[in-house]
Amino acid sequence: MHRLTVPIPDEEIRALHVGDTVYLNGVIVTGRDAAHKYMIEHFIRNEPTDPEDIALHEKLKVLLNGGVIYHCGPVVRKNDDGSWSFVAAGPTTSIREEVYEAEVIKHFNLKGVIGKGGMGKNTLKACMEQPAVYFHAIGGAATLIAQSVKEVIDVYKLDFGVPEAMWVIRVEDFPVVVTMDSHGQSIHDKVQAESEERFKQLIG
Amino acid sequence: MNKPIQFDLSDALLELVRRAATVLPEDMVAALERGRAQEEPGSAAEQALAAILKNVEMARENSTPICQDTGTPIFEVHYPFGVSTRMLTDQIHEAVAQATAKAYLRPNAVDSLTGKNSGNNLGIEFPTIHFHEWEENRIFITLQLKGGGSENVSTQYKLPNARLGAGRDLEGVRRVVLDAVLQAQGKGCAPGVLGVAIGGDRGTGYIVAKKQLLRKIDDVNPNPELAALEERILEEANELGIGPMGFGGKTTVLGVKVGVAHRLPASYFVTIAYMCWANRRAEMNVPLQDGQVMEVSYA
Repeated sequence: MHRLTVPIPDEEIRALHVGDTVYLNGVIVTGRDAAHKYMIEHFIRNEPTDPEDIALHEKLKVLLNGGVIYHCGPVVRKNDDGSWSFVAAGPTTSIREEVYEAEVIKHFNLKGVIGKGGMGKNTLKACMEQPAVYFHAIGGAATLIAQSVKEVIDVYKLDFGVPEAMWVIRVEDFPVVVTMDSHGQSIHDKVQAESEERFKQLIG
Repeated sequence: MNKPIQFDLSDALLELVRRAATVLPEDMVAALERGRAQEEPGSAAEQALAAILKNVEMARENSTPICQDTGTPIFEVHYPFGVSTRMLTDQIHEAVAQATAKAYLRPNAVDSLTGKNSGNNLGIEFPTIHFHEWEENRIFITLQLKGGGSENVSTQYKLPNARLGAGRDLEGVRRVVLDAVLQAQGKGCAPGVLGVAIGGDRGTGYIVAKKQLLRKIDDVNPNPELAALEERILEEANELGIGPMGFGGKTTVLGVKVGVAHRLPASYFVTIAYMCWANRRAEMNVPLQDGQVMEVSYA
C-alpha cells in the first residue's frame, strides 16, 4: 500500500507497479470530455490568446505540474455560504480521452490520471516517458469516493455544465489501484488478451 | 363529458427518483455479495466489490446517489383509462427537476448542438417516458436510471454475422452476446447485467432490451429455451475472466435477461443493453378509488 501526496515526485511514480493500491492526498483537478477538448484546442495545439484562457492556463500549469487529473463528472451541492460540496464523485470512462491524454500529460507534466476502464497505447507510452501512471478508481462508488473529497477549492469552466466543469478539489486518502504503470505494464491489456483467448475457445 | 381525474403525484414521484438514485435493489446487493464471496480474498476483484458494497450502504444511509452518473431516467407508466398522460408527464418533469435541485440526480441533459447543459435534466426526449394504458384501477410506474458508461458499451448486432460465425438462431445470439461482453471489458462498470432483445427493429430492440433490466436478477425466464440460453451465457460470460472493473476475476456478469420482439423477414437484430452493477430501478404503486389517490407504496 502506498500513500502519496500531490505533487508526486518522479521516483515515487517509478516505484509504482500495476496492482498496487494507492491512497492519494492533496489537490487534484477534475477534467473529462469537454475539458480535454478545450485544453487541447486552447492551450496545447494552439497558444492561448484570449486573456481568460491565458489566466486559466497559468493556474492549471501550477496545479497540474506533478499533479493529477481526475476523469469525473460529480454531483455537487451549493451550500448556503456559496461554497460547493461533492455529493457523489466516481470516475467516468477514460478511454474517450485517449486521443488527448498523452499530450495533456506531457504539456502539464502530469504524474497521474484517475479514471476507470483503462486507456490505450498512446497514454501508456506517455506514462513511460513522463513518467506517470494510470490510477483506477472504483466505477460507481460515488458516495464512497465523495467522502475522500474534503474541500472544493475552486471551479473553472462551469459554463461547460456541472459534470464537465474543472473542479479543483483537495482529497484525503482517495483509494485507487495502479492499472497502468510507468514500466509499460497494463492490467487492461493483459485482461483483454486473456479474455480474447478464452472467447475464441468458447465460440470454437 | 366527464372531467378528467386530477391529482398531484409530484412529491410521490420525487420520492421514486430519490429511491432509484440512492437505494440499490436488494436482489442486486445480494448478487454483488455472492460475487464478492467467490473472488479471492484480498484480490483487486474482491476489493472492488467490497468498495462497491460499502458505497451502496453509504448511499442508502446518506440518501446520496449510488453513482454520480444518474444517467437517463426511463419511466414506464401504466395507467387506467381516464388519467391524463399530459398531467402525468408534467408531474414527472416537475419531480425530475426537483430531484436535480436536491442533488439526487446530476444535471445530465446536454443540448447536442450547443453542448449546453439544461441544468434540470429536462430536454428534448429527456427524460424517457413510455405510457401504457391498462385495465387495472391503479397507476404503476417503474423508473430505471441508465448511466452513460454502460450505455456506451451497449450494442446491436445484425445477424448473420460472418466474423463471429453467428447465424439467425439462438446459437448466433449466444455468440454475439458473448462478443458484446468481451468488447465491453470493464468499461461498462462490470460486473454488469445484460438486457438482451432478439428481434424488433433498431428502435424497439433497445426498448425491449432495456425492459429486461427491470426483471429481478435471479428470476427465471418463463420460456425454457430462453431460460437455458440465459443460464449458459451467464456461465460463459463469467468464464471470460474480465472481472469487476475489468481487473480480472470470476464476476464479470451478474445476470442475463433475454426478451423477444417480432422482426421483419429481412432483419434479425440482437440488441444488448449493458447495465452496470448499479442497476438502479424502483417502482411505485398508486391505487385509485373514485378518482382519488389511495396510499402510495414503493418497491
